[in-house]
Amino acid sequence: MIKLQKQKINISKENKKILKKKIGAFVNFIGIARPTNNSKKIKFIEIEHYPGMTEKKIKKIEIYALKKWNLNSCIIIHRYGKIKPGENIVYIGTAAQHRINAFKACEFIIDYLKVKAPFWKTEHLNNKKIFVKSKKRDEKKIKLNY
Amino acid sequence: MKIIYFSWLKETIGKSQENVKPPSNIKNIKSLIEWLSKKSLKHKKIFLKSKNIRVSINQKIVNKNSKIKKNDEIAFFPPFTGG
Repeated sequence: MIKLQKQKINISKENKKILKKKIGAFVNFIGIARPTNNSKKIKFIEIEHYPGMTEKKIKKIEIYALKKWNLNSCIIIHRYGKIKPGENIVYIGTAAQHRINAFKACEFIIDYLKVKAPFWKTEHLNNKKIFVKSKKRDEKKIKLNY
Repeated sequence: MKIIYFSWLKETIGKSQENVKPPSNIKNIKSLIEWLSKKSLKHKKIFLKSKNIRVSINQKIVNKNSKIKKNDEIAFFPPFTGG
């Protein structure tokens, strides 16, 4: 299941959906908005995305992960719009028969979302707006591992 | 042809999208960028950094040699920063 939403992610509600299944392992990743950038206080971040393309890209990631790691189920939720420090940004839940598959799939999905899904972050400081740049190490990791 | 801009490109251009009618000799992304660069100083400014700009045609990532058609939706954006 994939979801794009403005509002905060209800983590326990989403976890319950996965934990209902007959599984052997469940791995959960939650991305959180940081409070600072180089010790400067962040008021909020803003996430923009490309409607239509974003859903297609995330669906593609989900289908790939379900098959490659033989997952029982998978939930990917990404927020957009204004997000305050400390709030969740992204939720990934992967359930499998064995932990290794659940771990690997979860790591793959977050790595992929970082560089392959059309999202752009902006950090709003007190009097400044910073367009977040992609990290070379994230792009390199995807190239090396997948 | 619909052109969409995201992130700092949108901010610099001052709009998220525009409809354009390039002449018939504009056949690929590279020539479209050259043509758009002449539209205004703002366009010129963003495409000066074209090495850092990614592009999609009808929501599929393409390279700058890709062919374009008159009803395409073309988007320009920086590398993604999701997650």
